[in-house]
Amino acid sequence: MTGRLEAHLREIRSAGRKALVPYITGGYPGWEDAIRAAAANGADAIEIGIPFSDPVMDGPVIQQASQAALESGTTPQSVLEAVPGLDVEIPLVVMTYYNLVHHDGHRRFAHRMVEAGISGCILPDLPLEESEPWTRAADHEGIETVMLAAPTAPDERLPRIAARARGFLYSVGLLGVTGERDSLAASATALAARLKAITDVPVLVGVGVSNAQQAYEVSRVADGVIQGASVVRRLVESGPDAVGDYVAEVRRAIDS
Amino acid sequence: MTDTALPPKFDAESIMTEPDLTGRFGEFGGRFVPETLIPACQELDAGFRDAWTDPSFREEFATILRDYAGRPSLLTECFRLGEHLGLRVLMKREDLNHTGSHKINNVLGQAMLAKRMGKTRLVAETGAGQHGVASATAAALMGLECKVYMGEVDVERQALNVFRMRLLGAEVEAVQSGSRTLKDAVNEAMRDWVATVGNTHYCLGSVMGPHPYPWMVRQFHRVIGDEAREQCRALTGDDPDVVVACVGGGSNAIGIFSGFVDTRARLVGVEPAGGAAVARGVPGVVHGMRSYLMQDEYGQVEEAKSISAGLDYPGVGPEHSYLSSIGRAEYPNVTDDEVIEAFKLLSRIEGIIPALEPAHAIAWLVREAHTMRGQTVVLNLSGRGDKDVSQMMDVLTARGELA
Ligand SMILES: Cc1ncc(COP(=O)(O)O)c(C=O)c1O
Repeated sequence: MTGRLEAHLREIRSAGRKALVPYITGGYPGWEDAIRAAAANGADAIEIGIPFSDPVMDGPVIQQASQAALESGTTPQSVLEAVPGLDVEIPLVVMTYYNLVHHDGHRRFAHRMVEAGISGCILPDLPLEESEPWTRAADHEGIETVMLAAPTAPDERLPRIAARARGFLYSVGLLGVTGERDSLAASATALAARLKAITDVPVLVGVGVSNAQQAYEVSRVADGVIQGASVVRRLVESGPDAVGDYVAEVRRAIDS
Repeated sequence: MTDTALPPKFDAESIMTEPDLTGRFGEFGGRFVPETLIPACQELDAGFRDAWTDPSFREEFATILRDYAGRPSLLTECFRLGEHLGLRVLMKREDLNHTGSHKINNVLGQAMLAKRMGKTRLVAETGAGQHGVASATAAALMGLECKVYMGEVDVERQALNVFRMRLLGAEVEAVQSGSRTLKDAVNEAMRDWVATVGNTHYCLGSVMGPHPYPWMVRQFHRVIGDEAREQCRALTGDDPDVVVACVGGGSNAIGIFSGFVDTRARLVGVEPAGGAAVARGVPGVVHGMRSYLMQDEYGQVEEAKSISAGLDYPGVGPEHSYLSSIGRAEYPNVTDDEVIEAFKLLSRIEGIIPALEPAHAIAWLVREAHTMRGQTVVLNLSGRGDKDVSQMMDVLTARGELA
């Protein structure tokens, strides 16, 4: 059965559009308004980061936002409990690290997400080989587990990852962690093209897609883009309204 | 290598055998890393198996340990300490190795392997700086580039080692994220590796991290235990009653345990009270492995805090979690005050200034000696205290114990 997130992204693709998914660090001051602003300015889904003490896939911008959120008392529960009050229509996806799920218990954490109205979940430190206990619980509760594919993967690995992906397939844009880069890595479009060739699941590129121009370039190949550090930096530097403006700018670029 | 190929088994007869195909010792271990690193971990696994079963690699490793690191290290009977405590103490002198600690064993093995696999650059994390110094040394010896990540707090505590690394040609980066200690240095080294995996080998400094590291690092350190067992038999005609070592990630402890796990010896791994992963932690997943981990009620990893930078780690290697879970080894902890007393005691009674890390093992021995009267104890003296003397000068001055 196709979940809400994947159905939504397939619909966008069928309509000939590209999906735009901004990332916001949950618990960072202004995060709820930033999500509302992103939704109002053309986001198709939103990734909500639940901050973790040891975020190995994140560069300095998201690390610092996570740390600030943690220092102000943010917990997984405080983020999830605030989600229903966001009152946005688009699908919401949690992005966090596996220990928070492992510690709470797979079923319990999945259930908390369902109760909060979350559609999908991304755990960047939970690779395919270790994912089964979580995906079993997530499937059971109806949470779509987004799988990541990286440029280092040999060809034989990609179909196995794609087969386990729900919601969408997260095509990692470069060798490295989240953060803005001056130019788009060649690997961003190369991997997206490799994935598009082997799967029907929507392919979205994230990590290192840093501005409207790069989002445009990626969206010529992929089904959509994820914008992380560039969004969080605007939230940190200028607040929620700047997030809305930026999302609108990227929206225009990928729709052009 | 594909995930399903059955590799050759090593040490199949021992409790400390090879982990299973998922890299698990019992329910601990595994490979919880970003997808980007999965092929690199698989390649390393295959590369290590290939090297470790290649007699020429083993011979070259043994030669470099002998001619460069100075192995075998001595087993010194500490008569005065033994008399003081009412038992027989044999110290495995890893402090006498080149660069001053056991860390050199693993690092030479990994640097040789990195070269064999065509890598040109090492990244490493370090706490006390001993693993960083060892990595910088091996990189210099083998003509590899080297970058060491070290928490900002530790950069201050261990200034001498920072300078040594730079002298050896390594780049040292002070890590400012999180608690700015060892766990954050590991995060930063992993982030570097995610970005540079093509030409870079992550030279992990303990029996932790994703498979195959806990197993590979143990194999590189088992020379400690293999030597100690022979030396102990030659000296006493028997195996010891107790084997004790300090535990941060657990590499020096696993190295010495591996020589004695199949004897009757009691195995004791001593953690700092402020970083007691086995005693205070619950199973968790960080740094690529599932193991005992100090964490809060939500699963956020807690900071370890002790007098010794090298043991300030909130987790522990997965094989130690396993040995604890099956009751084969025990993991008590000691306080900073006990460690300071032990540091002073060994200096005065044996003329050996220990590193603060193995001073934890000595502290446990001092505290528990009355329960072991007449027994023979092998203690792994994992490093020498040179790096700690300026910190201890401050500590002892503050306590009014130095004029
Ligand atoms: C002398 C010495 N012993 C022990 C340790 C702790 O590491 P492990 O628990 O891996 O032996 C360190 C780490 O820096 C060290 O320098």
